[in-house]
Amino acid sequence: MAFPHRPDAPELPDFSMLKRLARDQLIYLLEQLPGKKDLFIEADLMSPLDRIASVSILKQHEVDKLYKVENKPVLSSSEQLCFLVRPRIKNMRYIANLVNADKLAGRTRKYKVIFSPQKFYACEMVLEEEGIYGDVSCDEWAFSLLPLDVDLLSMELPEFFRDYFLEGDQRWINTVAQALHLLSTLYGPFPNCYGIGRCAKMSHELWRNLEEEEDSETKGRKPEIGHIFLLDRDVDFVTALCSQVVYEGLVDDTFRIKCGSVDFGPEVTSSDKSLKVLLNAEDKVFHEIRNEHFSNVFGFLSQKARNLQAQYDRRRGMDIKQMKNFVSQELKGLKQEHRLLSLHIGACESIMKKKTKQDFQELIKTEHALLEGFSIRDSTSYIEEHIDRQVSPIESLRLMCLLSITENGLIPKDYRSLKTQYLQVRPEECIFKCVDFSKRGVGERPAQISSPGKITDAFSSLAKRSNFRAISKKLNLKKKKKRAASGLLSTGGTKDDKAPSESLRLILVVFLGGCTFSEISALRFLGREKGFRFIFLTTAVTNSARLMEAMSEVKA
Amino acid sequence: MRHDTPDATDLLPPTEMSFLVKFLELMNRTKVDEEEYWNSSKFKAFTFDDEDDELSQLKESKRAVNSLRDFVDDDDDDDLERVSWTGEPVGSISWSIKETAGNSGLNHEGREQLKSRNSFSSYAQLPKPTSTYSLSNFFRGRTRLGSFQSLSDALSDTPAKSYAPELGRPKGEFRDYSNDWSPSDTVRRLRKGKVCSLERFRSLQDKLQLLEEAVSMHDGNVITAVLIFLKRTLSKEVLFRELEVRQVALRHLIHFLKEIGDQKLLLDLFRFLDRTEELALSHYREHLSIQDPEKRKEFLKTCIGLPFSVEDSAHIQDHYTLLERQIIIEANDRHLEAAGQTEIFRKHPRKASILNMPLVTTLFYSCFYHYTEPEGTFSSPVNLKKTFKIPDKQYVLTALAARAKLRAWHDVDALFTTKNWLGYTKKRAPIGFHRVVEILHKNSAPVQILQEYVNLVEDMDTKLNLATKFKCHDVVIDTCRDLKDRQQLLAYRSKVDKGSAEEEKIDAILSSTVSRAATPPQPGETDSSQSSIKCIKGYHRVTTQFLSATVTLDLVLDMASSAVNGVTTEPKWLSPRLLEKGANVAGPPGGALTPDCTEHSKL
Repeated sequence: MAFPHRPDAPELPDFSMLKRLARDQLIYLLEQLPGKKDLFIEADLMSPLDRIASVSILKQHEVDKLYKVENKPVLSSSEQLCFLVRPRIKNMRYIANLVNADKLAGRTRKYKVIFSPQKFYACEMVLEEEGIYGDVSCDEWAFSLLPLDVDLLSMELPEFFRDYFLEGDQRWINTVAQALHLLSTLYGPFPNCYGIGRCAKMSHELWRNLEEEEDSETKGRKPEIGHIFLLDRDVDFVTALCSQVVYEGLVDDTFRIKCGSVDFGPEVTSSDKSLKVLLNAEDKVFHEIRNEHFSNVFGFLSQKARNLQAQYDRRRGMDIKQMKNFVSQELKGLKQEHRLLSLHIGACESIMKKKTKQDFQELIKTEHALLEGFSIRDSTSYIEEHIDRQVSPIESLRLMCLLSITENGLIPKDYRSLKTQYLQVRPEECIFKCVDFSKRGVGERPAQISSPGKITDAFSSLAKRSNFRAISKKLNLKKKKKRAASGLLSTGGTKDDKAPSESLRLILVVFLGGCTFSEISALRFLGREKGFRFIFLTTAVTNSARLMEAMSEVKA
Repeated sequence: MRHDTPDATDLLPPTEMSFLVKFLELMNRTKVDEEEYWNSSKFKAFTFDDEDDELSQLKESKRAVNSLRDFVDDDDDDDLERVSWTGEPVGSISWSIKETAGNSGLNHEGREQLKSRNSFSSYAQLPKPTSTYSLSNFFRGRTRLGSFQSLSDALSDTPAKSYAPELGRPKGEFRDYSNDWSPSDTVRRLRKGKVCSLERFRSLQDKLQLLEEAVSMHDGNVITAVLIFLKRTLSKEVLFRELEVRQVALRHLIHFLKEIGDQKLLLDLFRFLDRTEELALSHYREHLSIQDPEKRKEFLKTCIGLPFSVEDSAHIQDHYTLLERQIIIEANDRHLEAAGQTEIFRKHPRKASILNMPLVTTLFYSCFYHYTEPEGTFSSPVNLKKTFKIPDKQYVLTALAARAKLRAWHDVDALFTTKNWLGYTKKRAPIGFHRVVEILHKNSAPVQILQEYVNLVEDMDTKLNLATKFKCHDVVIDTCRDLKDRQQLLAYRSKVDKGSAEEEKIDAILSSTVSRAATPPQPGETDSSQSSIKCIKGYHRVTTQFLSATVTLDLVLDMASSAVNGVTTEPKWLSPRLLEKGANVAGPPGGALTPDCTEHSKL
């Protein structure tokens, strides 16, 4: 199963430094407000924070109580309040209400707002308008890179997609540039840089500006990562809109992996409580199956279970001394494996059950037909039925988008009939959604995207081993195309310092607007085939459902 | 990769084993006749509907793993994350917040108690922080950033690398050191998050230059900052005029206005830009915040005249009409329910009001509570269908779901029964019958009902899958028999109950086949109405070879035609020509039976 890397594959840099950095910065900021304080945390920041700091660390720095930022009256009695939030208008209003209520009550407290990853002028404007600018001190916590796994960095900014690709707001580009700048100061400069898409170009320019302004130690350093690819999400929506069939992708589609961990409910754990499980390379069982097509996973898990049984069985013939060895050395590992194995078997079963219920097979068939461009009428009527059956509006919407993109826009008649039927199921908000579509070029008008469809059908429809060859070929093509289409953005002076070949085979891929686990799997596979290692930096890990939800109206 | 390619045998799916077995058996050729009678199982790729092989394998592994529990003692916790009842790991931040939220409602004493327990749990159960990384090392030399700040420091923007976050410094320090930052310098300072006065840019030209600089730097935050300034210092006519030719900035302004909720200026902007549709939508959107149904209705009425595209106008009109209807239905039904005279409301009390529900939900509701009402009433499903031009598919699906939920199988039956021009009835559906089966199953229809509809599924594979999935034994057995798939039949035998009628039936079929294979089947045996079309076509050929009596032939053909229509009817005396047509349409060319038939004809 998960076959290892080529022996000459480069080692990955150690990204745990990023966690330490973020934690220390946070502590530093907390110390700027000495004394006991209550900390209000925005819901979206809780999981990322959980990954880098624990309650005890916060308590050590005199955080008394923790609250979630939500629309409820505040009961805190502390003299100092600290808010850890994303720079959003509604958070500012929340804080303003709180401060103004205190003022009315004649109460004075100290307030501090820590924006992560940066503050926006629009937020400060709201503070000013609400008359609390100056009463509140503002700081920035530049926590924009969270290592979710050894090869995966996430900015945890799902709103990047909506803000840039739907609203045309470029506010996060600076954040991306800052993150890249941080990476290059920590891990050396990137000698070769490629990009595709407008956002990639802008991020690159802004990043270059930053580097020039702060031309510092990075110059003389040896590069650790040889190449960087910047990719806009909108160059390929098709892949992201397909159902995922590799294990990790399916787990994400079914249970929603949040910030690298997943909540397995009682149906998976086969007990009465649910369990939060970290999914990363440290989970040995998961590590071996995460990139595999789902159908290969069963066989592997069964084999694994048999092996485990055999290892346990070995104890039967042991004498006391051997037994002692066994217990002290192997038992713990076996128990760990045992636990993981039963979890993933439970997850598989649960996925199977859910997918069987939703006639997944037919869905996949339709997606496949759409990608290949055959029997469009059948697919259209399948989608119609899908809407009418009210299976899942988000899913219907996804299929409509997929149809539109793969067919370069819908025939007006189909568009009208699909839209009408969809509206009959979900009235109000869908008109808006449809408007959003046309903004995205998904509506009636022909969409611009044509070629990426072909690349993607390979990964999403069938990632079985035999087809994997085809993928890698296609990925090769894709890479060449990248060079051809958008060209080298910049080349550093690698000629003189003769970077070791190892770093040249370490590649950072930056997804602007999010990437899916399927895409990550495909690149990991390509890396193994060719002796590369890929590192992924994404604004957020996404999937089809999240993309669709981003399209729907945000109800503030 | 190359040196790690797994063996071919590893890759061989279990079903391929059956091919091997089959192959070996064929080499053996002891029971040749019988083997040739049976077709081999079709090779099946992995499907998510596949309940058998791999999943059962998996289940076995699961059992195995679970049985190991006896040996593994239950103090798994040592390497487990400790998880509270909500599933959050104890000590995690989200867990801790929930605890605070839970406590805040308690009285003071209780809270104190809980607090001590709380702090105990979060301290005692957590490992000591392992960070040996020293903070002071990290920020060495720059710990008191604020107080040592010199002028040059501030101006040169500290080339020395500092990982310490910028702190919000007292306002006094943010004096502009020079009054003449150029637009590009200003923009650069803005990007770094520095407070920077823009008041100096007073001429329109300066303002626009500032904006251009911001746009060319690509930082949306700075663009917005400049726009906030422009919005404050320019009249909206001038602002709009200048932005019209600057699309990037314009999109930023629109997003900003949406975010801060400045609906009025946004509408003005759309009006200025002549974006009538966005204007109309923006107005229409406001209805979402109106709770009172009557008021909402009135508001929607005002939306009808707005400049939407033709089709969107129709949607808005429909939305208005629907709400109007819902208000009437709601008032009426609430009254009926309260009166307690109507059986359906007593048996199935309404769970929620129908107001503001989507059309399909409304249709479902009316199929549920008002199915038999005449078309003239507002609440009748047929009336809804006509008024809103609901497509057949959507109507049938919704009605089916509603009637099946009430277990009104008779209505379900009526929904699909049509009379054809010859005067006999047949079942027809605008949706595939496999869908019908699924919906029926979801509403736990009895097996007899399910069976009837499974039989109407045209595609053999789908039919077999559905029948297996929903345990319609008869259909599975008959279909296997008709497909002559012995392997599958054998496999299925293990799934039916021991000693049941189904098992007997399978045994009977399995044992009768040897003689069957030897002698051509008699038409009398083809009693089953469930015979597959393919099979009948096969029989047709066979019978034309062996029987001359046209009466028998017609009988067979008749059955063929009824199978085509998916319904069994009384055999009718029809012209063979007409029926032959039907039979030809029915049999897909190259059906699995062809070899057998030729085999027989040689005999």
